[in-house]
Amino acid sequence: MAEHPSTAATGPGAKPVVRRNFLPRIGVRGLGLAAWIAAFALALVVLMALFAPLLSPYDPIAMNPMERLADWSLAHPFGTDAYGRDVFSRTLYGARTSLIVGLGAALVAVLIGLPLGLLSGFFRTLDAILMRIMDGLMAIPAILLAIAIVALVGSSLWTVLVAITIPEIPRVVRLVRSVVLSAREEPYVEAAITVGSSLPKIMWKHLAPNTVAPLIVQATYVCASAILTEAILSFLGAGIGTETPSWGNIMSEGRIYFQLKPSLIFWPGLFLSITILAINILGDTARDALDPKLGKRRQD
Amino acid sequence: MLAYILRRILASIPVMIVVALFIFLLLRLTPGDPAAIIAGDMATPAQLAEIRRNLGLDQPLLTQFVTWSGQLLTGDFGQSLISRTPVLTLIGQRLEPTLSLAIVSMIMTLILSIPMGVLAAWRHRSLTDSAVMAISVLGFSIPIFVTGYILIQVFAIDLKLFPVQGFTSISEGIGPFLQRIFLPALALATIYIALIARMTRAAMLNVLGEDYIRTARAKGLSERIVLFRHALRNAAVPILTVIGTGFALMISGVVVTESVFNVPGLGRLTVDAILARDYPVIQALILLTSGIYVAVNLLIDVSYAFMDPRIRY
Amino acid sequence: MSFIAKASAFHPRHLLRATLLASTLLGAGLAASPLQAQEIRAVMHSGIRVLDPVITTAHITRNHGYMIYDTLLGMDENLEPQPQMADWQVSDDGLTYTFTLRDGLVFHDGAPVTAADAVASLKRWGERDGGAQMMFRSIESLEATGDKTFELKLSEPFSTVLQLLAKPSGLPTFIMPARVAETPSSESITDYTGSGPFVFDESQFEPGVRAVYTKNEAYVPRDEPPSWTAGGKVVNVDQVTWVVMPDAMTAVNAVGSGEIDFMEQTPYDLLPLLEANPELTVEVLSPLGYQTMARLNWLNPPFDKVEIRRAAMAALGQDPILAALVGNPQYQEKCGSMYGCGTPLATDAGSELIMNGPQPEEAKRMLEEAGYDGTPIVLMQPTDVPSIAPQPVVAAQLLRQAGFTVDLQPMDWQTLVTRRASQAPVSEGGWNMFFTNWIIPEVWSPINNPMLNGGGKEGAWFGWPDDPKLDEMRANFAAAESEEERKTIAADIQAHAYEVVNYIPVGEYKIPSALSNKLTGMLEMPVPVFWAVEKAE
Repeated sequence: MAEHPSTAATGPGAKPVVRRNFLPRIGVRGLGLAAWIAAFALALVVLMALFAPLLSPYDPIAMNPMERLADWSLAHPFGTDAYGRDVFSRTLYGARTSLIVGLGAALVAVLIGLPLGLLSGFFRTLDAILMRIMDGLMAIPAILLAIAIVALVGSSLWTVLVAITIPEIPRVVRLVRSVVLSAREEPYVEAAITVGSSLPKIMWKHLAPNTVAPLIVQATYVCASAILTEAILSFLGAGIGTETPSWGNIMSEGRIYFQLKPSLIFWPGLFLSITILAINILGDTARDALDPKLGKRRQD
Repeated sequence: MLAYILRRILASIPVMIVVALFIFLLLRLTPGDPAAIIAGDMATPAQLAEIRRNLGLDQPLLTQFVTWSGQLLTGDFGQSLISRTPVLTLIGQRLEPTLSLAIVSMIMTLILSIPMGVLAAWRHRSLTDSAVMAISVLGFSIPIFVTGYILIQVFAIDLKLFPVQGFTSISEGIGPFLQRIFLPALALATIYIALIARMTRAAMLNVLGEDYIRTARAKGLSERIVLFRHALRNAAVPILTVIGTGFALMISGVVVTESVFNVPGLGRLTVDAILARDYPVIQALILLTSGIYVAVNLLIDVSYAFMDPRIRY
Repeated sequence: MSFIAKASAFHPRHLLRATLLASTLLGAGLAASPLQAQEIRAVMHSGIRVLDPVITTAHITRNHGYMIYDTLLGMDENLEPQPQMADWQVSDDGLTYTFTLRDGLVFHDGAPVTAADAVASLKRWGERDGGAQMMFRSIESLEATGDKTFELKLSEPFSTVLQLLAKPSGLPTFIMPARVAETPSSESITDYTGSGPFVFDESQFEPGVRAVYTKNEAYVPRDEPPSWTAGGKVVNVDQVTWVVMPDAMTAVNAVGSGEIDFMEQTPYDLLPLLEANPELTVEVLSPLGYQTMARLNWLNPPFDKVEIRRAAMAALGQDPILAALVGNPQYQEKCGSMYGCGTPLATDAGSELIMNGPQPEEAKRMLEEAGYDGTPIVLMQPTDVPSIAPQPVVAAQLLRQAGFTVDLQPMDWQTLVTRRASQAPVSEGGWNMFFTNWIIPEVWSPINNPMLNGGGKEGAWFGWPDDPKLDEMRANFAAAESEEERKTIAADIQAHAYEVVNYIPVGEYKIPSALSNKLTGMLEMPVPVFWAVEKAE
């Protein structure tokens, strides 16, 4: 899930500016309400993740082979998995993993992408080299790159995080760069250059603030797609190990019981979908609210 | 125009070199030993070393890279370390299922999503609009393997309308071919439908506000002609763009769909090759998909000029 | 822009209806296409990728071997070596074996099978098979003495020559043309000419998708009724296709809907789906089943200490592991015999510790006595092989309960097999413990059993026990003259192996296959073979 409509401006060597004019906008009627519901749902998931140890009736990795694949009961609201572990507790802890992956990927992608994009937008030579590398990275399908990294390096939470983040970085770099390219033509930036402001100052004071709005929007999409990618990696056998429950690996381990015990896929799947849905809606809202250009052209 | 295309093609050369170098280093600098999968459970360290030597895996990295790129330049992609089948034969065998899956699902997507998007924009702010948007956001939020399992359960197992798995070549008849490809293509199409319906709606909303649409309506043209001939045509550029950038989305979808529906395509070949450390196969496949990605985006950029006369290169 | 033109022909509102209609037509109009006559479509336990049954011990490649090659000797259901391609005579001193190839043996390319082919094939086999390597050390010469006869001369007594030549698994004695057998044994063959009951259809081979075998019309089966790998291999179908299905659920659905006739290994938890289907039979075809086991690394602390290895054995137990792996009493069995239960050498000598496990308190006490300092145990878990994935997860919990610090490291199987070959310390990519499975014929004697080798870093199997006493006992076993003596030595070897914790068997299991009721006469044996079976139309 590397691509998202809002990051459309990305063909190698393409002219992003042309296409940015056509960025899509969500216009769900009553967006305000949807955004509130989304924020509420997301807050619930965050609370779930934070208080997982308190809320979980069981240790998420404690096995009880004598109680395998139990149906739901008061003791096990979501039933148990193939090792007799409590799926409810695992789903709660899974919220932690998914949020770590989602937020981690967004944060790291921005932290690495922002300085690279700023530099690249400013120095032409560096730009030429960096953009070739970014184009190359971007041309490798993200999912294949991620599978390769996880399979080759080992499947811990951190490898998965790195594997999901690397393909996102070029998109952030490109985004920041395109903002910088247009911002540096602005009079106040040119003025700052002429009066001999130091380079870090120009970048930090004048250029970086321009990138905040698009970065926030981009980060929400990175976050959503990272959570989804983690699930897909687990499904393909290149995910996080079973002692770190994640929604992806609960579903992946439960998938052969799809017909017998759909709850193994249903519950984590439901939480996963709600979370991604909520992040997507918030991202759309943030874009509409933060992008003055889009705001002006809004027709509804 | 021609100069532009030529320039773009030249510009893609360094991109491909970066891809090749990156993949090569990633594969060789991480642990993994194809010899171990060849030899099986009972091999001794000495036997493994011997097999490794035979495969040339004991050579220095630089030598291996030079050998490989030299072969590439002569069009030789090497052979699988595991099955000893030439890589090009392997890819050739898997090309048809993947292409069929991609094309059929693209056709489904266009048939469904463009009218959906047009409809949503046309009936802007109506219940239809909200429904279309809800479906499309949902499409992004459900992992494709879950969609796949639900489709199998409902249409193949409960309703028995389609077979549960597999692929039939189009050479065995269009009927059997479509019957097998329908469910996987539909599963794959769900994300794309979400993406393109959304984009179509947004682009149409933009266009529908323009003066010439008002003029066309004022001239008394039927709503259908206004929508599809005038408005959609002008909204085509962003839609095309998203088809191109959605290519990566399609790859990840293909990998998963092929595995859920047991379609013997390139996606599964890639995953299998990665898990087996079949270096030549992985390298060729990633180069190939990257090349296609670059080519698709080039094609789309070029097609803007045809779609929208205002764009000049 | 053809799609726009096409789309404009529809009014948006008609679209949904049209699509529904189209899908109904598609689905209803096209019932499943008839399968080709007399073709068995089978889903095997994994996809075949390596086509050289000598370079690898992978079971799927061995199964492939049985399709297209014939073996020198066969083994019947009483575990007795029987003539297959060749009959034999033994000299009075037991040192010279003379083999005579039977008439009618022809390779797929039409060339007759000669003694030279057999000798070349045996020599290549002797370079790779563990038991055969041991035997070849006692062989003075192996030479063709005629077109159809060859002679094997021993320099010292070796009691299990025929058992090794007839063994059904590990590396069986597949006979290839001499030109193929001359390929170095560390290089995969590329010429798949055999003389077996099926011919490999190279043009239809797609690694990871399908392998196609057609009936070898020229094959002349023996007259005896089939019994394991001995007896006549009469083929009653035109073609056998192995279809690869990476997703078990998909495969179960496909066998349920009749698209597949035979599924070699069915997941236990999905058995209810298959058993409820009146068109299918679920049965165990392999009477001996599998042994699952843990191996500890003798080179790295803490398992370099025998006391701590024993504590680990006390901490583990067969019941919880089998419950997670199988979870169905019908298909699982506790077994303390390293040679498998129900085999000629089966014994429970020395197995008390593992059979009485898990004993966390006892293990704790042993750990304390041994002075365990909390060094974490790197336990490797293959996530992509369902038959080995659960054991490490359960073991991690059991070991922790006994006071071990466990670092359970998930990885794909390929990473595991690479990493387990590393003799380095844990900090440099080494390991402490992993699990794997064997079919019983691979472990049923001290000669076959790959773990029972005390050759240390150079000679032993992963884990590298340096155990000269074990090797001495094995040599005695090989030289033993009588069945009684062999049994006694085997029991002693096992008691010793348990004492030093060479490895830890954690139970036996059998895997049921699912068969379409159209199939009759599928042979019950440790290797799935497709002769004798018939398919009704």
